[in-house]
Amino acid sequence: MTAAIRIEKLGKRYQVKQGEEGSSYRTLRESLSDWVRAPFRRPRKKNNQAPFWALQDVSFEVQPGEVVGIIGHNGAGKSTLLKILSRITKPTQGRVHLKGRVGSLLEVGTGFHPELTGRENIYLNGSILGMSRKEIERRFDEIVAFAEVEKFLDTPVKRYSSGMYVRLAFAVAAHLEPEILLVDEVLAVGDVAFQNKCLGKMRQVGGEGRTILFVSHNLPALQVLCDRAVLFARGRVVADAPVAETVGMYLRSVEERAQVEVSQRTDRAGAGRSRLMRLEVHNGEDGCSGPLQMGGPCRFTFHVDRLAPGLMCVFNIVDEFGQGVTKINSNYRSQEDFMDPESNSRLVCIIDPLLLAPGRYRVDVGLYASRELQDQIEGAAFFEVIRGVACGREAPRSRGDWKFVLPHRWILPHDLG
Amino acid sequence: MSGELTVVESKEETLPRAEPAVSDAVPAETVIEPPCGWQFLNVRELWRFRELIFFLAWRDVKVRYKQTLLGAAWAVLQPALMMVVFTIFFSRMAGLSSGDVPYPLFAFAGLLPWTFFATALTNGGNSVIGSERLITKIYFPRLAIPFASVGAATVDFAIAFAILLLLMPFWDVWPTAKLLLAPVIFFLILLVALGMGTLLAALNVNYRDFRYVIPFLVQLGMFATPTVYMQPRGDETGLRALLMMANPMTSLISAFRSAVLGGHISWDSVGISAVMAALLFLAGCLYFRRVEDSFADNI
Repeated sequence: MTAAIRIEKLGKRYQVKQGEEGSSYRTLRESLSDWVRAPFRRPRKKNNQAPFWALQDVSFEVQPGEVVGIIGHNGAGKSTLLKILSRITKPTQGRVHLKGRVGSLLEVGTGFHPELTGRENIYLNGSILGMSRKEIERRFDEIVAFAEVEKFLDTPVKRYSSGMYVRLAFAVAAHLEPEILLVDEVLAVGDVAFQNKCLGKMRQVGGEGRTILFVSHNLPALQVLCDRAVLFARGRVVADAPVAETVGMYLRSVEERAQVEVSQRTDRAGAGRSRLMRLEVHNGEDGCSGPLQMGGPCRFTFHVDRLAPGLMCVFNIVDEFGQGVTKINSNYRSQEDFMDPESNSRLVCIIDPLLLAPGRYRVDVGLYASRELQDQIEGAAFFEVIRGVACGREAPRSRGDWKFVLPHRWILPHDLG
Repeated sequence: MSGELTVVESKEETLPRAEPAVSDAVPAETVIEPPCGWQFLNVRELWRFRELIFFLAWRDVKVRYKQTLLGAAWAVLQPALMMVVFTIFFSRMAGLSSGDVPYPLFAFAGLLPWTFFATALTNGGNSVIGSERLITKIYFPRLAIPFASVGAATVDFAIAFAILLLLMPFWDVWPTAKLLLAPVIFFLILLVALGMGTLLAALNVNYRDFRYVIPFLVQLGMFATPTVYMQPRGDETGLRALLMMANPMTSLISAFRSAVLGGHISWDSVGISAVMAALLFLAGCLYFRRVEDSFADNI
């Protein structure tokens, strides 16, 4: 049997201009003056451009019908790989053989036009994804039923709620029937019920013998969907193994990265107008370090290099299996919000009482300014929670079967009166 | 938002109709390799994606006059108002001659193909940078974008052309058999617009300077081309005549006007323009193909 996807020594180099990452396109003047000066210049390396290898020497195969996950940190080359496989950009080196029709889903709703109606957008989006008009017509009713938007088919999608919009967009994509499907982190949208429906639909697609390459940070979903996973780091393949094994390696590597000081880390995403420099997790409001005690207070201190206007801090607490436990967002303002009076480059969040189950956790941080991602760091800090008293009583022993305790109290029936 | 929702059952009307698709000739194997310099036109692939080109053009037509009070009337109003303005200033006040043809018709018949050319060129030149989302998220032959961008201008042209035919009897000017040539001339103008539009679209990705060059080019072109004035006779050897010849739109616009309103068509200059149109089209497409691989990285 020949492979559905065969990748041989693939490499992609980008020219990164040093100093000014922001302006990526050249002006005509620069090009013209380069061109005029060229004959008079001694042949030498262009010193203002540093090559950056987003992918290097990547080789692996995917057999027909296999569902393979791609995991790695920010900037590890996952998205570049999908871009090359879906022919959006060309590689610098190497070669890829794809057998069969390829469908790629790098974004949900590519090409949707807000002024057009739901019906019109199904046709437009379908044809952009590579469906013929006949195919779209054949699946039209199925798509509409899947998206649950029958009533609003002739309403411009700009009047849709964001949930309806995402459902419709995903429904079109889910009915694309390629032999090879490339999916990039698109399940992060939509409500939970619809996400499950999409996961089901995708699994069904896999069940029909389709090959799927799936990039995601949603590790539990990956473990359900994939047989095998490939781990990327700095543009290279570091592991290619059954999914549980690769996910384990990835989680260990997240922890290893946390050994490096946050301010020194380069595996970030975002525009960078504000960067996280340090994250301290302290026991108690006074700030002693050490393990946190369940039921006690704790303090998260985010040191940023500068406060961008409209700064918002979001952090996820993720357990040792890669499963998100909770997400805390500074955007939802509260009376109790606190900013350190001594320095305005610190954001402090107090959790009291901490009701997490005993175990080891990591913190993923995202900084936004005016709704635009500025910085994102996976595993900015790790902390340990030890047993303690929650809601007035000793917490039960955790064997991974529970993650946290809800605030509660027990009463005797006669108290109800 | 619920108050504004209207549910209309109009299945037939809103469905776009394209010619039925032939079997999907999907290549069994795709090989992805590093870019290899100059590539020829991918005609077969473009043909496979003809439905996409159609849908992109159809989207532009649909969206063009959404949320405007007058809607598609703008397609008529733009050249009509220009005709009125030019009639007042050039014919009445400056006393510009238009030969045997009434000046308003003369101006309208010149403005019509020029407006088409200018709109198609502007839309084409800005089409690729305006489709950043598509280009960075999905693959399709990139030439589909500038090709589709002339669709809306073509629809505008068709509407205004019908108006011109309706206006002619008011000045007692009747179309002749030469009218059959108008589509041919239109096709040549389309080729020039596509060629230049494709070239500018590709240049625009790497050099945003062209965003400012295009409007300037269009304005300059309008005065450098005999759209609202007659091609001066007499000095057919001088530098000015040479410049006029180098501009393929000169003979195409006067040929279009003659085809519609009657008059002499200079076949020599139409022939030269046809060759230039074909060359411009090829050059635009080839340059586009040369640089299209880097669009997603540079846009």
